[in-house]
Amino acid sequence: MSNTTKVLAIAATVAAAVAAQATTATAQAKEKCYGVSLAGENDCAAGPGTTCAGTSTVDYQGNAWTLVDNGTCAEIDLPAMADGTARAGSLEPLERDLPA
Amino acid sequence: MPDASHSFDHLPQGVGVGYKPQHFQALCDDPGPVTWLEIHAENYMGDGGRPLAQLRHLSARFPVSVHGVGLSIGGEGPLDPEHLSRLKRLVDWLNPASFSEHLAWSTHDGAFLNDLLPLPYTADKRDQVAAHIDQVQQTLGRQMLLENPSSYFAFAESTVSEPDFLHQIVQKTGCGLLLDVNNVFVSATNLGFSPQDYIDAFPLDHVGEIHLGGHDDDTDDHGAPLLIDSHGREVADPVWALLDYVLARTGSRPVLVEWDTDVPDWPVLAAEAARADTALGVQVG
Amino acid sequence: MTVTQPQFRAAIFDPAEPVPASLLDGLGQPAGRRFNVYRNNVAVSLTEAMHTAFPIITKLLGPANMGGLAGLFLRAHPPASPLMMHYGEEFPAYLADLPQLAHLGYLPDIARLELAMRRAYHAADATPIDADALAAIPPEDLGDTRFMLAPAVQILRSDWPIHDIWQFNTVSDAPKPRAIAQDVLITRPEFDPVPAPLPPGGAACLLALQGGQRLHAALERAQPEADAFDFGPVLGLLLQGGAITQLTVKD
Repeated sequence: MSNTTKVLAIAATVAAAVAAQATTATAQAKEKCYGVSLAGENDCAAGPGTTCAGTSTVDYQGNAWTLVDNGTCAEIDLPAMADGTARAGSLEPLERDLPA
Repeated sequence: MPDASHSFDHLPQGVGVGYKPQHFQALCDDPGPVTWLEIHAENYMGDGGRPLAQLRHLSARFPVSVHGVGLSIGGEGPLDPEHLSRLKRLVDWLNPASFSEHLAWSTHDGAFLNDLLPLPYTADKRDQVAAHIDQVQQTLGRQMLLENPSSYFAFAESTVSEPDFLHQIVQKTGCGLLLDVNNVFVSATNLGFSPQDYIDAFPLDHVGEIHLGGHDDDTDDHGAPLLIDSHGREVADPVWALLDYVLARTGSRPVLVEWDTDVPDWPVLAAEAARADTALGVQVG
Repeated sequence: MTVTQPQFRAAIFDPAEPVPASLLDGLGQPAGRRFNVYRNNVAVSLTEAMHTAFPIITKLLGPANMGGLAGLFLRAHPPASPLMMHYGEEFPAYLADLPQLAHLGYLPDIARLELAMRRAYHAADATPIDADALAAIPPEDLGDTRFMLAPAVQILRSDWPIHDIWQFNTVSDAPKPRAIAQDVLITRPEFDPVPAPLPPGGAACLLALQGGQRLHAALERAQPEADAFDFGPVLGLLLQGGAITQLTVKD
């Protein structure tokens, strides 16, 4: 492609994108100041008393993974990807214990 | 972002609530008895976006109290200079009606534990806390309020009572105090002292703000009651009674209702605010 | 008899540690499980922060698995800053190192996508250019133009279908993720970040523009990845997302 052709191609691309934008911009609803929060928040409340998560260290060692719920990863089945390894979406038991 | 623009230089002697984003529209439509808002400083230390847009909008209408939960004023090490400068940026931008923090620590050796952890009441700790408050007040160029904590146990090494400890810090630094009445009731129940005696010993002249919140019931190893400062339900009746006891001695003060976990729909929180407004009205009448 | 803050912290993170001996109830007896109030509060509040921060990972693994994983993560990586809005920066690398999740190779990149969405949400506001400003640049100057992108703009490269996986977990009736590699552009038109898949070459081009290169140089960066790279759709995403804040032709 010659330089002149390049310049014309870029200009045409930009002109088309700008023209498309003019129609979508007006159609797009303006977000209001309120809406969902997308972040963990700090607060100054205390947690749930004296028995639960903070006092258990072994919940997720060994085979515990298989004893609880499965998420949507079980529905996702992706074949070999970048590193060539076959992949399936189910959780498998740990092969070794993790440090607490 | 341009500075938030408003004309509020102090909190009114009325009722405020801890601001939650899900109440934004309700507060804009009809705040009921609510005349001011409190925010947790750390949630507004981002660079922009919706949190700061909401805050700018609300601060034009309501006096805002900035309540820090992460400065670790009771920490053994120096204050985190980055965090202090973030706080200064927020305070300079918002110019809030008040700034307060906790008598607690949360950061040690670069790790933030996301909780308000207790400290013993000794001369060393008093001097450390006072030095940190001096640094905060100098950096921000304003007085701060220091809040009494909830206690679940006592430290054997403490040498003075909590009211005396706070009074000494007030005398050394010129800071004011934020009296959390629920925290007093929680600590009194957990450690077996009289909440009225605590209030009688408290330097009430220096109280610039009062907090109310709900607590949960638990028990310790011996079956003794252990109250948890959960901020997840209505304020308990004995805490309302203790508020009356305090207000009878202080007169009207800015009173805040906190509800941080299992945050209810607006009408439930508004009803709590209305009850606090009634308690304040008794003082005026 | 004293307890230092390092001792206090160690006992909070490891329930096997004894409760510091100088902590007493109102009768002078050992504090015992009263200390667990803090153990629980730290663990539960950080676990909740992880659930909020990584909603797609939570859906992929299931909430209970995510809770258990968070319990391990928060002890390995307690927050380095008091800003909970940014908690979890180390999570992608942590996920990549977990042998029991190695068969879900896409998880680290999904965690990176969720971190990027939060960065976009909290990024500084910026006024986008009007599309007409772009149209006003003489055609012969377009190639020499630099595009300043809004602080909210995030560009992610992945060997996995991260946009498909994001959509599968956020949009009802979305199709199953395809076995493709997807690069993603995140823009924030107003207050809500929007992720969009990029065509081949798009990420290379945008990263070059974001790095301050001129348009013709950025387009050259796209060529090795896409023979006939079309800048149009990518520019459309930028304009829709209010992602261009300044155009500089001569400098």
